[in-house]
Amino acid sequence: MSQTKKFMYINRKAPYGTIYAWEALEVVLIGAAFEQDVSVTFMDDGVYQLVKGQDTSGIGMKNFSPTYAALGDFEITKIYVEQESLEERGLTLDDLQHLVWEDEDEDYAEKDSIRLVSRAELGSVLAEQDVLFNF
Amino acid sequence: MKLTIQVNEGPYQHQSADSAYYFAKAALEKGHEIYRIFFYHDGVNNGTRLTTPPQDDRNIVARWSELAKEHDIDMVLCVAAAQRRGIVDDGEAERNGKDATNIAPGFRISGLGQLVEGGIQSDRLVVFGD
Amino acid sequence: MSMLHLVNKSPYENSNLKTATSIMNDGDTLLLIEDAVVSAVKAGKASAMLDGCKVSVLGPDLAARGISEDKLVDGIDVVDYTGFVDLVESNDKVQSWL
Repeated sequence: MSQTKKFMYINRKAPYGTIYAWEALEVVLIGAAFEQDVSVTFMDDGVYQLVKGQDTSGIGMKNFSPTYAALGDFEITKIYVEQESLEERGLTLDDLQHLVWEDEDEDYAEKDSIRLVSRAELGSVLAEQDVLFNF
Repeated sequence: MKLTIQVNEGPYQHQSADSAYYFAKAALEKGHEIYRIFFYHDGVNNGTRLTTPPQDDRNIVARWSELAKEHDIDMVLCVAAAQRRGIVDDGEAERNGKDATNIAPGFRISGLGQLVEGGIQSDRLVVFGD
Repeated sequence: MSMLHLVNKSPYENSNLKTATSIMNDGDTLLLIEDAVVSAVKAGKASAMLDGCKVSVLGPDLAARGISEDKLVDGIDVVDYTGFVDLVESNDKVQSWL
């Protein structure tokens, strides 16, 4: 591998009202094959993408939220969720899917993928990245 | 500077396609290289040759085609987004049983990997959207 | 390492400018383009969000919206598309707050 860059995919929109949440996830999944140092952020209304119990039968759209649970299998282990975004929306971490990855270096021990960060901490995380994707 | 530009919105509806175009032109005039322009979401609608804008208005699609030709720029429409929105080239028409094609000159349809690769190979990724 | 933050929506329409200005780090630059240029009008309430930030604004988008430069907040840098390109080059990466 000639070069590895720090890729950050940023999600700020709720699912279903627009297609951005789904089409962003498609980039993340395809991008996983390129072996870069990948992180994903959910902030502002993007936190709604991870909320549990989505039932889309009444709006006739495909519920794609189970796909987030597969991110760990695609070696995406750094998922940042912004604290202020949750609080503003009356949400807590408990409202979100419990996303995990299996650490093959530790006997496939299951570890949390979600890192709850403050806006200030997120600012520092973004500053460390090389490439920022927005949708 | 090697640039990849991402355009997320279609022509006319949002200013994104215009902003991206003027940014691209300015970058080229300054001697920078545009590695790729990647059209995603409704941005793929920048690649239909069937638009008929009013005579006294800018022709966004033709403008992209001219830019691509003049500077040999790789302009890519995401295949999944294009399928969803009905932008079709010969290959897609055959694969998906469509009776027509509508892709504009200078564009090609390819996978999301092209966007990711653009991010890897370029010095900067600049995203224009809603 | 510094970041160029692009905001293209009016702060009276959505909260992208609020998010961008609250997360920006020292040394980062904010560039207002498209409808976001209305933020730079001094007499507007939203201009307060720009305090303490290094801000540039795209001249052609101001002119399109009939905003003359004498109406802008103090210390703001008006650039053209070439200036936009220069800002992309002089910062390490670009964050588009869409």
